[in-house]
Amino acid sequence: MKKLKIGNDYQQIRIVQQLNKPMSMPKNHITEPHAINRWPAWLDITQGVTGLALVLFMWVHMLMVSSILLGNDVFYFVARMFEGQYIFGRPYPLLVSFFAAAIFVIFSVHALVAIRHIPNSYREYRAIWQHSRSLQHADTTLWLIQVITGLLLMFFASVHLYGVFTHPGDIGPYASSDRIVSGVMWPLYLVLLFAVELHAGIGIYRLALKWGWPSGKNPRQMRRILSRAKWAISIFFIVLGLLTLSAYIKIGIEHREHAGERYLPAALQSLQHTPSEPRPEN
Amino acid sequence: MQLTESTPAPRSLRIHVLRHNPQDPQSHPHMQTFNIEEADGMTLFIALNEIRETQDPALQFDFVCRAGICGSCGMLINGRPGLACRTLTKDLDADIYLAPLPLFELIGDLSVDTGKWMRGMSERLETWIHTQQDEPDLDALEARMEPELAQNIYELERCIECGCCIAACGTARMREEFVGAVGLNKIARFRLDPRDARSDAAFYELIGNENGVFGCMSLLGCEDICPKDLPLSTQLAFIRRKMAFIH
Repeated sequence: MKKLKIGNDYQQIRIVQQLNKPMSMPKNHITEPHAINRWPAWLDITQGVTGLALVLFMWVHMLMVSSILLGNDVFYFVARMFEGQYIFGRPYPLLVSFFAAAIFVIFSVHALVAIRHIPNSYREYRAIWQHSRSLQHADTTLWLIQVITGLLLMFFASVHLYGVFTHPGDIGPYASSDRIVSGVMWPLYLVLLFAVELHAGIGIYRLALKWGWPSGKNPRQMRRILSRAKWAISIFFIVLGLLTLSAYIKIGIEHREHAGERYLPAALQSLQHTPSEPRPEN
Repeated sequence: MQLTESTPAPRSLRIHVLRHNPQDPQSHPHMQTFNIEEADGMTLFIALNEIRETQDPALQFDFVCRAGICGSCGMLINGRPGLACRTLTKDLDADIYLAPLPLFELIGDLSVDTGKWMRGMSERLETWIHTQQDEPDLDALEARMEPELAQNIYELERCIECGCCIAACGTARMREEFVGAVGLNKIARFRLDPRDARSDAAFYELIGNENGVFGCMSLLGCEDICPKDLPLSTQLAFIRRKMAFIH
């Protein structure tokens, strides 16, 4: 019960009258705001744009990394391509560092704006957990998976990006495999694989629903199609990732005795000692 | 009616109800089980009435229309929000768990004060027609409206404010200030109404924040639970686009 401060009888009568009088009519005329604060809108747009950019990047990244399945030479070609070898005539690993730094910036911005929505107290965690268990609703459960995978990515992806940023030249059939096996990075990549592909698949599905693109004539049917597509894409990339990781582990185990030695395609072996080659290949 | 050999015996339902009277200091929340025999076409509303009439007249739950129109009988049915009058017992297991809708003020047992919440939300979002004049001209003829537009407004106006979308909303469960699908749907409704002269900037002032449209995380429990099948997903996305790219 709200406690009233009453100074004298008149005041008491006035308050009682106010409490009992019929509700005053709400204002129905317009008061246009002078200036609106667009920050909440910008944050929401930024979350979507950075998320979309990261999803597209991760899918391309997975396809490029999985080129190892087509053979060591193919992945060697891909790695040199991103170092600008076929544009500048020689590899510049610094390009990879720049790229990793750019991705890290986008990744950080996405994490910073997305963190607004995740539970930030024990009460909120308990509320969403109980709600999810009680409701048994697929999209609510998927959101919790997004929260968990997002938190995992904040730590695990940062380690990976830092590694790529500081050692941009260590990407190649042997260098990558040695890092995974002899450098014992495979557990990190295994966690990253599931976290990224689940987060990306669910994220792009939610992004589409959030902004209503594509809507179509029957939005509910479109949602079902998007949901199936989300699972298909996530499963495709997880299977591709597991095959790819297995291929690197196999190479890493076979190459364990020579860890640190770089891969050189047969076509380039004759040039191995040519003075014009400034650095050994990976 | 005589039971023939081919007629299956009616099920015995065990209805577990979360009981609590917040007005009574001695009361503590607990589950109470009622056994009743299922009848043809029995809804939870019928079952609860039978319990109240035959077993416990003190059982509190709300109902008015019995036809999914008033939105009074919203409750958690096996953990999911729904209307008791629209839920057939034959669609549920023999053990049925009922609890009051969360987030709303508990009156007692299954009865909650959704009206208080809805009133607060309506005042915050000013869910009424706003005009250019201070006083409406009561003698003027109302402007004509295309039937298609009237139909579109009516489609959103079908909301019965049962509170199920709020109870099904993960955001609202975490952040109680969130206006929920019912509030955002109302903004969509008034934005559509040509009699409401508010601009998008005026609507942005009301919902352009994280307790409004930008707090919605599109978990879509609201759409999947809504007893009136309102197109909440498309409306939330539409309002988000309008508010995000406001001119």
